[in-house]
Amino acid sequence: MLSIKNIHANIDGKQILNGINLEINAGEVHAIMGPNGSGKSTLALVMAGREEYEVTEGSITFMGKNILELSPEDRAHEGLFLAFQYPVEIPGVSTTQFIKTAVNENRKYRGQEPLDAVAFLKLMKEKMALVNIGQSLMGRSINEGFSGGEKKRNEIFQMAMLEPKLAVLDETDSGLDIDALRIVAAGVNKLRHPERAILVITHYQRLLDYITPDVVHVLYNGRIVRSGTKELALELEEKGYDFIKEEISPAEFKHP
Amino acid sequence: MIDVNYFKERFEQNQATYQKDALADIRLEGFKTLSREGFPTLKNEEWKYTGISSLFNKDFQFNQDINQSSVNEADVEQARLPGHTEANELFFCDGTYKPQLSTIRSKKLVIQSLQEAVAGEYQEIVKQSLGHSNKSITDGIHALNTSFISSGTFIYIPQKTRIEHPLYIHHIMDARANPTFSQPRILIYAEEGSKIQIVETYTSLGASGSFYNEVIEITVNEGAILEYYKIQNDTPNSNHVGTTHFWQKGRSYVHTLTLSLDGGMIRNNTNLILDAEGCESHLYGLYLLKGRSHVDNHTLVDNRQPYCISNELYKGILDDYSTGVFNGKIKVEPKAQKTNAYQSNKNLLLSDRASINTKPQLEIFADDVKCSHGCTVGTLDENALFYLRARGIPPEYAKALLLKAFSADILSQIKPESIRQYAEKLISNRLSINEE
Repeated sequence: MLSIKNIHANIDGKQILNGINLEINAGEVHAIMGPNGSGKSTLALVMAGREEYEVTEGSITFMGKNILELSPEDRAHEGLFLAFQYPVEIPGVSTTQFIKTAVNENRKYRGQEPLDAVAFLKLMKEKMALVNIGQSLMGRSINEGFSGGEKKRNEIFQMAMLEPKLAVLDETDSGLDIDALRIVAAGVNKLRHPERAILVITHYQRLLDYITPDVVHVLYNGRIVRSGTKELALELEEKGYDFIKEEISPAEFKHP
Repeated sequence: MIDVNYFKERFEQNQATYQKDALADIRLEGFKTLSREGFPTLKNEEWKYTGISSLFNKDFQFNQDINQSSVNEADVEQARLPGHTEANELFFCDGTYKPQLSTIRSKKLVIQSLQEAVAGEYQEIVKQSLGHSNKSITDGIHALNTSFISSGTFIYIPQKTRIEHPLYIHHIMDARANPTFSQPRILIYAEEGSKIQIVETYTSLGASGSFYNEVIEITVNEGAILEYYKIQNDTPNSNHVGTTHFWQKGRSYVHTLTLSLDGGMIRNNTNLILDAEGCESHLYGLYLLKGRSHVDNHTLVDNRQPYCISNELYKGILDDYSTGVFNGKIKVEPKAQKTNAYQSNKNLLLSDRASINTKPQLEIFADDVKCSHGCTVGTLDENALFYLRARGIPPEYAKALLLKAFSADILSQIKPESIRQYAEKLISNRLSINEE
């Protein structure tokens, strides 16, 4: 489903991604872990199409298409979803109108009829229940006055509404207490599907207790330096990121 | 060319033709000021960014006595607002009030010409209030209006009277044959404890262009509550200089909002003279400009007495080659202690050729006051745009949603529901958003 080959990317002239290779198949859950500054969010934003990042080398193929040539909205229509680490507040734009427009633009792209008000409300109620999001939040502007936990739940709610093929969760656990984490993780787990892939980007192993990954990758200085099973995550938790730095010999690791 | 000499000649003609009436002195004062000042150029600080003299070089036709039958019921239909069947509707054609086209539904509302009013029971009121703005706006354009007050219009709201039907004042400029220049003079007097909502609109008939030089003075007495909405959405060749001058003579509440969507060269002077303790005033403005529109909002909040509160928020969205000016003057006179005055101007520039000149001007002569001012000029929030696009929303629509959001807090200050919905629809249409 997703094939990232040798991606190099920089922002403002600063090189962040130094040759990322990653293959994800439908139905799989991958985790990417790494210390601060390793390029985790950069990878997510490059996948989503944030223009500030310049891709200097490499390719990203998603659903058979070269998505580097697609606009952010078309990547979304192709089935890519990014749950933001810091979801922005947009006062004055109603959450409900926003979701409805997003859902219907998606449907339009796929040649489907837009949902009418009744069908849409039904869908909304169904998906709101998944992440315990109350009606009061839906009546507000996007993320306005939402707590950290509410913002992250709103991201998962949107994921549920848009039914993506690949969901990239960028540090969805950051800033959450254990209860909020459980709710968000439960929501994500309910959305697991043999035709859907999930890429969980996280700093801490904790989230992976709730969302069990098939593969864990370690990102360091813009490259994936180790891949393994979920045991790798536990090892990182125990030994800290320093052990990765020690294990990588200077020869093995090329500075840009 | 309608330059100063042209008007001097016309004034002299008028002197010869008309009998001396009670308004003769005030006209003469105006004429003296006009002769002394001339029309402002770009060298005049108050007109630095608005080249109004270019309009005086054009060939506008100044008709004081308009043929009554040239503008009819069918013509004014397009100027109507929602809720008009429940409103007091006044139609002005080329600056002259047309009772035969108008409908007064509030029985207690008094509408007369200034000439009638100054000859009758409202003599003292007119003498006190007419020309109150002359001291706040001293340029030749304002004086030009004063020099040519003809019948004028006087609107009186009696004591403790709530005018349930909003007052819609529609200005029609007949630009079907020639470019037209006209100058209405309106005086509104809100007695103690009165309450009224006023909406002013401007509509050109035809495409020859217009120049409308309006002065509306509103005296607000103790306990009165007055809302005033000015909607400017006329043709790109309709030009306007308008002074709306509120004299809060008693402790009162004024809420004013200027919505500018289209037009040629527009200058709005909004003055609030807080002349009693404890006055409260709110000034709002939203200008959403395209093409080559130019809107210059000059505001004056003059705190003459202590304990007054004023709050000002003007927002602008400028696209294409449009240009804007915001000049917010706050005066706090020496005895106006405990003044609370807030001012904010926020602008979004959507194109490289659009521009805004924004200047707060604070003249504070008391030492125990709270005054703040701030202005911003920026572009749309990239993070917000990306968030919307990452969810599949096309970039143009995402931009429109953010612009609508930017306008929302001003639009929410339009209190009459039908007018607010009307304004929201105008904005949505301009931004190509289809509400469902």
